[in-house]
Amino acid sequence: MAEDQNKILDEVTGGEYKYGFYTDIDMDTIPKGLNEEVVRMISAIKKEPEFMLEFRLKAFRHWQTMTAPNWAHLNIPEIDFQDIIYYAAPKKKPELESMDEVDPELRATFDKLGIPLDEQKILSGVAVDAVIDSVSVKTTFKETLAEKGIIFCSISEAIQEFPDLIKKYLGSVVPHGDNFFAALNSAVFTDGSFVYIPKGVRCPMELSTYFRINAMNTGQFERTLIVADDDSYVSYLEGCTAPQRDENQLHAAIVEIVTHDRAEVKYSTVQNWYPGDKEGKGGIYNFVTKRAICKGDYSKVSWTQVETGSAITWKYPSCILQGHHSVGEFYSVAVTNNYQQADTGTKMIHLGKNTRSLIVSKGVSAGKSQNSYRGLVKVSKRAENARNFSQCDSLLLGDKCGAHTFPYLEIANNTAKVEHEATTSKIGEDQIFYCNQRGLSTEDAVGLIVNGYVKEVINQLPMEFAVEAQKLLQISLEGSVG
Amino acid sequence: MLVIKDLHAKIEDKEILRGINLEIKPGEVHAIMGPNGAGKSTLSSVLTGNEKFEVVDGSVTFNGKDLLDLSPEDRAREGMFLSFQYPIEIPGVSMVNFMRTAVNEHRKYRGEDPISASDFLKLMRDKKKLVDIDSNLTNRSVNEGFSGGEKKKNEIFQMAMLEPKLAILDETDSGLDIDALRVVANGVNKLKSPERSTIVITHYQRLLDYIVPDYVHVLYKGRIVKSAGKELALELEEKGYDWIKKEFED
Repeated sequence: MAEDQNKILDEVTGGEYKYGFYTDIDMDTIPKGLNEEVVRMISAIKKEPEFMLEFRLKAFRHWQTMTAPNWAHLNIPEIDFQDIIYYAAPKKKPELESMDEVDPELRATFDKLGIPLDEQKILSGVAVDAVIDSVSVKTTFKETLAEKGIIFCSISEAIQEFPDLIKKYLGSVVPHGDNFFAALNSAVFTDGSFVYIPKGVRCPMELSTYFRINAMNTGQFERTLIVADDDSYVSYLEGCTAPQRDENQLHAAIVEIVTHDRAEVKYSTVQNWYPGDKEGKGGIYNFVTKRAICKGDYSKVSWTQVETGSAITWKYPSCILQGHHSVGEFYSVAVTNNYQQADTGTKMIHLGKNTRSLIVSKGVSAGKSQNSYRGLVKVSKRAENARNFSQCDSLLLGDKCGAHTFPYLEIANNTAKVEHEATTSKIGEDQIFYCNQRGLSTEDAVGLIVNGYVKEVINQLPMEFAVEAQKLLQISLEGSVG
Repeated sequence: MLVIKDLHAKIEDKEILRGINLEIKPGEVHAIMGPNGAGKSTLSSVLTGNEKFEVVDGSVTFNGKDLLDLSPEDRAREGMFLSFQYPIEIPGVSMVNFMRTAVNEHRKYRGEDPISASDFLKLMRDKKKLVDIDSNLTNRSVNEGFSGGEKKKNEIFQMAMLEPKLAILDETDSGLDIDALRVVANGVNKLKSPERSTIVITHYQRLLDYIVPDYVHVLYKGRIVKSAGKELALELEEKGYDWIKKEFED
C-alpha cells in the first residue's frame, strides 16, 4: 500500500492534469448545430435501419419541447446547443485486420492512457471496446466471448446485427422523454457499447470500455445498453479521461441495464474527466442518465462510482426494483476540488415485494467546490417488506467548500423499513500534525485519511480499478491542503 | 545531540517559553517536571514543529542540524519522536497501513528501499512482543476507539517501530493505571540504548520510579529554574512545587 502511495504521490507532484494532451487525428465531422437534418444525417452516416431513424426523430421532436433542468444544486452556465458538433468520427478506413492497421497516432493515444488494447494485454483478462470520440475503433475478445454466446460490441454494430434486441431494449429503461439530456442523447447518440449475456452464462472476464472525448467542440453522446438474461452475471467497467481544453465540453450519456430472473450486473465507473483549471476555467459538463431495471425476481444491480473529474457532474445511477426479492446497490465516492460542482446520488424505486437497496455515498469536498448528494428512496404501495439502508458521509478539506445532502423518501407501504445515516467531518489539523510527527508529509497524510474514509466504496471495485481510483483521489486533491 | 539555546516561543500573543537552555547527550534520560502551565507541553510541541506555536527567539540544534529550519515530518525522519499526551484518532486508516507508510518514509529519507511486506509484518510482530501490546490493537484503525491506556501503549509501540534517536514522552503517565504504567515504562526501558536519548515530561515522581532519569529539570513560567540528578524528583514529590514558586516569583 505504502509503495503505491509513494508512487502515487510522485506522479501527483507532477502537477498538471496528466491526461491533458491532444491527439491530431483526421476527423469526419458534420457542421455545428442541431436540427432534424442533422439527426437524419447522423442516422444516414451510420447506415441505420428505419426504426432507429424514427427513434431518433421522435426523441428530437420531444427534446425541442423541453428545457434544461435547473433543480440541481449547480450553477450551470447556459449551453448553446447550436454551437456543438454532433458527429465526429476518426476517418473511416477499410476494415482493420490487426492492430498494425490502427492509426499509429490513435494507438499512441491509447498507449499514453495505458489502455490495454494490444496482444500482451490479453493476459490481463480485460476485453476492451475502445471508444474514441464516437466510433468504436477496435473490439477485442469478441471471439472468446462469442463462444459463450455473449455479445459485446459497439451499439452501432448491435443496431446492424441484432436489431431485434435493440428494438426490444433500447429506450426501455430510459425512455426518450425521460429528461432533457436523455432526449438529446436519444436523438444524436453516435456510439457506445452493447452487452448481452445469455441465460445461465457467467461472463468470464470484466468487460471494460474506455471513453475519451477528443475532438474540439464535439459533444459526446454515449449510449450503453446491458442486458443480462436469466441466471447470468457480468461485471462491467467504465473509465474515462479527456484532454485538457479551454472550452467546456458537454457529455450527456445514457446507460441502461436490464436484469432478468436471478441475473446480476455489477457496473463500476472511474470518472476522471478534465475538471477545469484552478480558476474553474474549462472542464467537462457531465450530465448522465444511468438507470437499471431489475426486471426479474431475485435479480441484482450494483452501481459503484468514483467521480473525481468534470467541471459539473449531474448524475444519479438508479435502480428500479421491479422483480420480487430484487436488490439494488449504490456505492459512490464523489471528489470535488477547486471550482468543481457535483450533484450526484441515486434513486431506488421499490416496486416488487421483499426488495432491498443499499446506498453508501462518500463525498469529499476541497477548494471552493460544491458537493451534493441527492437521493430518492421510493417504496410503492405494493412493495411489501421493502428494505433500504442509506449512509451519506461528507468530508471537508478547508473551509471554502460545501457539502450538501438531499435525501428524499416517498413511502407508500407501511411494511417498509428505511434507514438513513449521515455524517459530516473535517480533516483536522491535529490529525495532520500527528501524521507529520510520524514522518508523513501533509499530502501523504491527506491521501491516507481520504483513502481510509472511502475504503468501503473502493473495496467494491475490481482490483485493477481500485488502484487506479486511489491514484485519482490523490491527483484530484493535490494542492488542496496548505 | 540536542542543544536548545535561549528558546522563546509564543502562542497567539502569549509568550509561553521564555528562554529555555538545555543540552541532551546520546543515551541520556532527562525528566522535565513542573506545575501546570509551566510550558512543558509547549516545549514538546515547539521541538516537533507544531505550527500553532511561533518561535520568537533562540536556536535548537539536533544532530548538528538547525531543527527550527526543518518541517515537522523531516524532524520526525531525523529521529525525533513525540509520544502524544492525547494521541489523535484517525478513523478508517489501519495501524498496519499507517505504520508501514511511516516506516517507509523514514527509510526513504535515509536513502533505503521500502521494506518488504513480510519483513514489515515480522518487524511488527517483534516490536509488539517487545513492548507487550495486544496483537489486536494493530488490526484496528489508528487509535480509534482505544482506551486511554491502549492509546499510550500504542504510542510506545510506534516508538519501537520507528526507533527514534530522541523520544519525547509527553505526560505518558497521565490517565494510566499502575499496570498500564508498568507496561509503558518497561517498553521505554527496553528501547533504551547508548545512542537513544529520552525526554520524560511528567507531573509526578511515580513514572520516574520506572524510567530512571539522569537529570531532572524543573520548568516554571517558561524557564528551567532548577536542574539536578534524580533525587530532585523525590524532593519535589515530598515538598510540592510551592517552594519553587516562592523562590522564583518574579
